Amino acid sequence: MTPLPTHVIGGYLGAGKTTLVNQLLRQADGERIAVLVNDFGELNIDADLIVGQDGELLSLAGGCVCCSFGSDLVGTLASLQRRALPPQRVLIETSGVGLPAAVARAARLGPGLQIEGTVVVADAPAVRAQASDRYMGDTVRQQLADADLLLLNKADAVSPETLAELRAWLPSIAPQAALVACVQALVPAELVYGTLGMARDEVNRPWRPTPMAPPPAAPAADTFVSHCIKLPPGVDLAALSERLRAPHSGLLRAKGWVLDAQGQCWLVQTVGTCTQLTPAAAPHGAPSGTLVMIGLRGQFEPKDW
Amino acid sequence: MSSTVPATTVYAARKIITMNPSRPQATHVAVRDGRILGVGTLADLAGWGPHTLDDRFAAQVLMPGLVEAHSHLMAGTLWRYTYCGYFDLRDPDGRNWPGAATLDGVVAALGQAEAATSGQAAPVVGWGFDPIYFGSQRCTRADLDRVSTRRAVGVLHASGHILNVNTAALELAGLHRAGIAHPGIPLGADGLPTGELKGPDAMGPLFEHLGLTRSFLSGDEAGIRAFGKLAVRAGVTTATDLAATLGDDELGTLLRLTAEPAYPVRLVPLLRLIGITPKDAVARVVQLRERNTEQLRLGRIKVVADGSIQGFSARLRWPGYYNGAPNGLWYTAPETIRECYTLALQHGVQVHTHTNGDEATELALDCMQTALRQHPSPDHRFTLQHCQLADAAQFGRMRALGMGVNLFANHHFYWGDQHRATTVGPERAERMNACRTARDTGVPWSIHSDAPITPLGPLFTAWCAVNRLTASGRVLGAGECVSVADALRAITLGAAHSLHLDGEIGSIECGKRADFCVLEDDPEAIDPERLKDVRIWGTVQGGRVFQA
Repeated sequence: MTPLPTHVIGGYLGAGKTTLVNQLLRQADGERIAVLVNDFGELNIDADLIVGQDGELLSLAGGCVCCSFGSDLVGTLASLQRRALPPQRVLIETSGVGLPAAVARAARLGPGLQIEGTVVVADAPAVRAQASDRYMGDTVRQQLADADLLLLNKADAVSPETLAELRAWLPSIAPQAALVACVQALVPAELVYGTLGMARDEVNRPWRPTPMAPPPAAPAADTFVSHCIKLPPGVDLAALSERLRAPHSGLLRAKGWVLDAQGQCWLVQTVGTCTQLTPAAAPHGAPSGTLVMIGLRGQFEPKDW
Repeated sequence: MSSTVPATTVYAARKIITMNPSRPQATHVAVRDGRILGVGTLADLAGWGPHTLDDRFAAQVLMPGLVEAHSHLMAGTLWRYTYCGYFDLRDPDGRNWPGAATLDGVVAALGQAEAATSGQAAPVVGWGFDPIYFGSQRCTRADLDRVSTRRAVGVLHASGHILNVNTAALELAGLHRAGIAHPGIPLGADGLPTGELKGPDAMGPLFEHLGLTRSFLSGDEAGIRAFGKLAVRAGVTTATDLAATLGDDELGTLLRLTAEPAYPVRLVPLLRLIGITPKDAVARVVQLRERNTEQLRLGRIKVVADGSIQGFSARLRWPGYYNGAPNGLWYTAPETIRECYTLALQHGVQVHTHTNGDEATELALDCMQTALRQHPSPDHRFTLQHCQLADAAQFGRMRALGMGVNLFANHHFYWGDQHRATTVGPERAERMNACRTARDTGVPWSIHSDAPITPLGPLFTAWCAVNRLTASGRVLGAGECVSVADALRAITLGAAHSLHLDGEIGSIECGKRADFCVLEDDPEAIDPERLKDVRIWGTVQGGRVFQA
């Protein structure tokens, strides 16, 4: 059975976690997404996405669902997988004081899941004060440190100088995370989904990057370029990894597969500074490898590849 | 005319402890319509007209019905499972379950339960387990495999924070595998889980396979009935369910059962602020208040700020845990607590807040200060629950902000030695649950069991506050000991005050509910070191007599 791709969405109260969930639901493109929230108390799914409610379960447009897991994350995940039309992807939204890595560890105890990444949303105008708050500082800093994709949300609500300071400061707390500035948590879904630890047979699934969302009006938000390259067999894995983690390349995500000199197929996953290579079965009749990359527009140079 | 006057019963007693300082002792109490018509000598009561003299309590001591201001209905539900504790304990029907002094004893008790279990796949569940009394020996799945290799076997620790299971249970939950990386799931030399599961995240996947469902936590009909029996045995006539979800089904069951003529205890369930916004929670309890009955008191909110000290999930101020464990977890964001306090004050709703660590207490005090500036509210009676590590300055702030405190006195006996050695160290262990400081500072205070975490029994809780003895016999913080009189007040009027019910219950005086705790021994006369041994005959609740 293909493990169910699962993503943890964390961040302090008010940072924009649910806004991100709404954005991802709007980009579902026919995929059945299950959203798990710690409790409905903090939930604010856009009303036009809600089709109906049955107890603890909200039915959403396009076969998606949303439910609260309260104190039983694993049980809730298991019951979702028993549905007639089980979800194809799971988003777990932590509570505002939840620690994303702890939630990810708990979710891993559930059967048939693959945690593919942890996205943490930071509130640009507030995150610095939150991170030094007398009571919540350590919790907020831990949340940020747990991220492999850090979304600096509400980037339009701070001055360009402050935004630059935040960009310089956040990597000191979350050095391994890919950092992206955004407004209203609007980012392409594949930025969130193209993450580590993908299933072996994922290579058999067609990789169809959805069109990039139109650049938001706010100039503070980062915009993206995606780039697809073909790699002939005989790839030097060490050299490829080195290139993928080169600093300041603007690369945020890479996902695909390559064939090494021995003809072994490898699944490639890059997020932030981490690249993971997993042996995989080569797609049937594939003559060469494919790598799809997403980078920051203006910093990532497709022509370098 | 005379037919319209309701019947009056006058109970004669060996002694009546009233908790009313202007008439502290009496020999007779007159009851009419479930309420106290008067208390004094028989001559004092004669003026109320004809009565029936009932001398069934002539040899007993009456005191106000005891009030447990922090318990859970789960204390009743648990008795359908096997008791595995170290100390002897009586079940709701009065049967004594001997404590198990060794791990083999626990395995034997579970083995007996297994033999009596029918159904191929039915699990075997134990509770109250406390292996800290077994030295360094840990319970593993191999131990519980001796109970059954076929059925799922699980045993909950007394603290509620750890679960031990057998191999079959791990297999059912898909956890009998290598490669598990979770801090709450220790692995054996073979790389497989040892069967010990620490913390809610690690325990969660097992509950379903052990049949520990939501009704087990919230209290179903059988559990609520069993809780009533436990209350009678403990002399309790009013008890809280301090973290209820109060869904429509649950509420219906509570309304129905508490309306029964033979249900012996007044229940005060607090709506837990979880899975609901502060706005919705306040609106819900305001609505619930409309459904209040004499025996079911709704309309209060419970907030949980942090975790537990022995689970290392409480939030401590500097220097943190004595053994160097990282600081604990926040369960509710400060913004949420503040919003809840503010809205609750605005609507006259009372909030009780669980704060175990002193940092959580400090946060609750800060939130209260902010909320009170917005909605100044005399006599709000917001109460800090557990509040185990508060220092003198924090009690001073409570006093200034008009907050009360309900301290977890039983903790000294059950975990005091561990607090001293591991969690907070000797100095802070001695100030834990500082009843004396609360009293001297003028903070309204009471004490509790948090049943089923420790057994329901306010007289035992009072003994804990008076003597502060640990299980190993050490006096932990003699400076915080209180007198028997203070402790008895804490489990009656003090607890009633924390629920805004001190005008109705908590003392034996004219106009209050006829709620009595009926005792064979006199708690004021007994050696304070034997306060916990005072024998309980039963209760009178709303004028109805319940023999334990």
